[in-house]
Amino acid sequence: MDRSGHLMDGAKIRSALSMMDERGSGEGAGYAVYGAFPEFADHYAIHVFFDAVHETKGLVDCELEKWGTIVHDEEVPTFENRNIRKVHTPWRYFYRPDPSLMPRSTTPEDDIVMHLVMKINTTIPGALVYSSGKNIGIFKASGWPEDVADFYRIQDYKGYTWLAHNRYPTNTPGWWGGAHPFNLLGWSVIHNGEITSYGTNRRYIESYGYKCTMYTDTEVVAYLFDLLVRRHGLSPEVAVKALAPPFWDEIDRMQEREQALYRAIRLAYGSAMMNGPFAIVVAQPESIVGFTDRIKLRPLVCGTSGSRLYISSEEAAIRIMEPDLEEVFMPRAGEPVIGRLGE
Amino acid sequence: MTIGSVPVRFGISVDHSRCMLCGRCVENCPYDVFRKEGDTIHVNSRKCVACHRCIAMCPRDAISIREHPVDYRSHPVWTQEAREAIYNQARTGKIILAGMGNAKPYPIIFDSLVLDACQVTNPSIDPLREPMELRTYIGKKPKRLEFVKDGDSLSLATPLAPNLMLETPIMVGHMSYGAISLNAQKSIAMAVREAGTFMGTGEGGLHPSLYPYQDHMIVQVASGRFGVNIDYLERGAAIEIKIGQGAKPGIGGHLPGEKVCEDVSCTRMIPVGSDAISPAPHHDIYSIEDLKQLVRSLKEATEWKKPVFVKIAAVHNVAAIAAGIARSSADAVVIDGFRGGTGAAPRVFRDHVGIPIEAAVASVDAKLRSQGIRNEVSIIASGGIRESADVAKAIALGADAVYIGTAALVAMGCRVCGTCYRGLCPWGIATQRPDLVARLDPEIAARNVANLIHAWTLELSELMGAAGINSIESLRGNRDRLRGYLLDESIMRVLDVKPVGA
Repeated sequence: MDRSGHLMDGAKIRSALSMMDERGSGEGAGYAVYGAFPEFADHYAIHVFFDAVHETKGLVDCELEKWGTIVHDEEVPTFENRNIRKVHTPWRYFYRPDPSLMPRSTTPEDDIVMHLVMKINTTIPGALVYSSGKNIGIFKASGWPEDVADFYRIQDYKGYTWLAHNRYPTNTPGWWGGAHPFNLLGWSVIHNGEITSYGTNRRYIESYGYKCTMYTDTEVVAYLFDLLVRRHGLSPEVAVKALAPPFWDEIDRMQEREQALYRAIRLAYGSAMMNGPFAIVVAQPESIVGFTDRIKLRPLVCGTSGSRLYISSEEAAIRIMEPDLEEVFMPRAGEPVIGRLGE
Repeated sequence: MTIGSVPVRFGISVDHSRCMLCGRCVENCPYDVFRKEGDTIHVNSRKCVACHRCIAMCPRDAISIREHPVDYRSHPVWTQEAREAIYNQARTGKIILAGMGNAKPYPIIFDSLVLDACQVTNPSIDPLREPMELRTYIGKKPKRLEFVKDGDSLSLATPLAPNLMLETPIMVGHMSYGAISLNAQKSIAMAVREAGTFMGTGEGGLHPSLYPYQDHMIVQVASGRFGVNIDYLERGAAIEIKIGQGAKPGIGGHLPGEKVCEDVSCTRMIPVGSDAISPAPHHDIYSIEDLKQLVRSLKEATEWKKPVFVKIAAVHNVAAIAAGIARSSADAVVIDGFRGGTGAAPRVFRDHVGIPIEAAVASVDAKLRSQGIRNEVSIIASGGIRESADVAKAIALGADAVYIGTAALVAMGCRVCGTCYRGLCPWGIATQRPDLVARLDPEIAARNVANLIHAWTLELSELMGAAGINSIESLRGNRDRLRGYLLDESIMRVLDVKPVGA
């Protein structure tokens, strides 16, 4: 992330992710870029994978038009790559929901878009919405990081925050929808690990109207952040403390005020707490947060250079983007590293 | 002599070559099975209930007990139980009483559920080396939190309802003084205090000798209101309204007058020797809104400082009933499955009414979540929890904690003979006869019960660690970590679990 908002193209992130090919299997990679569509910055950039455009696009158009206006739509440009079989057609809509259709909501536009994402993903076979934020582009496919980057030519996009992920799939190899980043509204998530509490988290989040459709544990992270931060109004710091809270032993040793705070967080958000090994980076338009599970079963390393904040599984990936780092540090288990725009 | 003698249930034999005529069997058997005549121990097998007290006490292993030494002519429909019940009722014209829990061979769902463990893709966690959290809070949780910002520090603005803090999700359920002896209650009380958990008083009041343990006691308000006054309510850590129990859903309780000795009479607040009959319904609860009034009255009486639980038997419509309870201001709902034990229940109820706890917990958790009120109440599962794996499975199905009953009694020596209703428990547990009660040493029995809770807690930690989970919250409702083994599709739908291999 460039905290001063300066734009970076995708060339460096491509080389950083390629450094970590060993962590993947060539069956899934993806990128997210914040600030990708300045000409449509105020519209929701809804990205859809179509299995067969001519069969299903009409249904998606119809669903979107019920709730607002499609300002512009186009196929996402892709470039032939012999290592990637184009099994889906990626499409992007720039969309303006009609807030008057969702009365009694404090965030009607977001609620409409969230509803549409859940509706399309659960009722229209052959269409999968994989991104729905404003000014956010997601580029993912089944393949090695550099091939996926070239397939979309991510160096042609510019943004102030980039996420990148290289996948070693065990559950749904080869499925484009299973590649990270996962996105909902402004939230994008990349995740290294496996969430052993997925069943609990899914049951919790589904009772708030979210529907898990990606057959993978990572998507709940995006939904949990949306619920805790957007709908419940928690700060990203508190949200991370809800998802990876301190141990009771630590809470018992805290001062009274802090103790009351953390006890309440664990009581209220026990079902949102994530267990199992993970290192996660979550981005939203104004900030980025990286954190690990409570006993740090996955690596996470950070570096800074001027206004740039880097968060990665490996230092090598950071060094290839920025050889002259001012600071390199490894956050403690469960401690969030937060970067804010304008800091 | 129309019916005549039925075959004896147990045949006892004494190996006279081993017997040394010490007479302990004679002393120990409250059912008068044994008598010593000259140089021989004689037995009357017909009186035996197979409580195994004689076996446990015989220093020479000279006694053996055989079940059904003379059997009925076999028949697949007209089983021994069916025929004996008829003979019994033909003679007496009465309802048949039975003790302990459901004795029909219904399949046990717990035994058809298997737990998960980590391999490769996620590491298992070693509880000997890493923290493992079983601490459980029972009570209302806020749905969301508000904070106030004071400079750089945040303070909590959302008030928290009172919760019980358990160091392990295992509590001991309600067994009243009257149904069990004071020594048995004392043993459990010492054990739960040591284990950092809680026990229920049952509907029998709180004997003064248990006051030192009152911070670990959940006091019960049942339909007879026995033992209830403001002092009693204020002493408890929490209050439980008992609507029904799994062993006998839909009916009240009955403590025979013989068990109402001086001490029991004081604690229950009833005359010595009188039957204590709790009515089937609470006479002030004829609808869900009446329950709400009682919940709130109890809270008002105790200045909103104590959580109030509501216990119901697991019946067909348990999920909707629990949803009603969740809206009543109650802090926890206790679901008692049809295997729940009791001192005395009509056999027809014990064996035929209610549903298993596994299905009840699963449907209650699902219903509360679908209505967005899961945080309004904790779910306590009880009735047929026999080992730590059952605890893990109940929690994975959605329970916050469990109550054990029979298991705690077994830890004190109970052999599950099912004859509690006769008040002659030779183990000093389900009796008020002073010489029998004196057989139970509270110090030793407390150690046994505490050991049991400790051992299950350790096993639970190991199971969680193997599943890559280091906090009990992440096991709760985590049905992905369960698989059904040879369960039919409809029950797997209710449990919301996948079959093995899926």
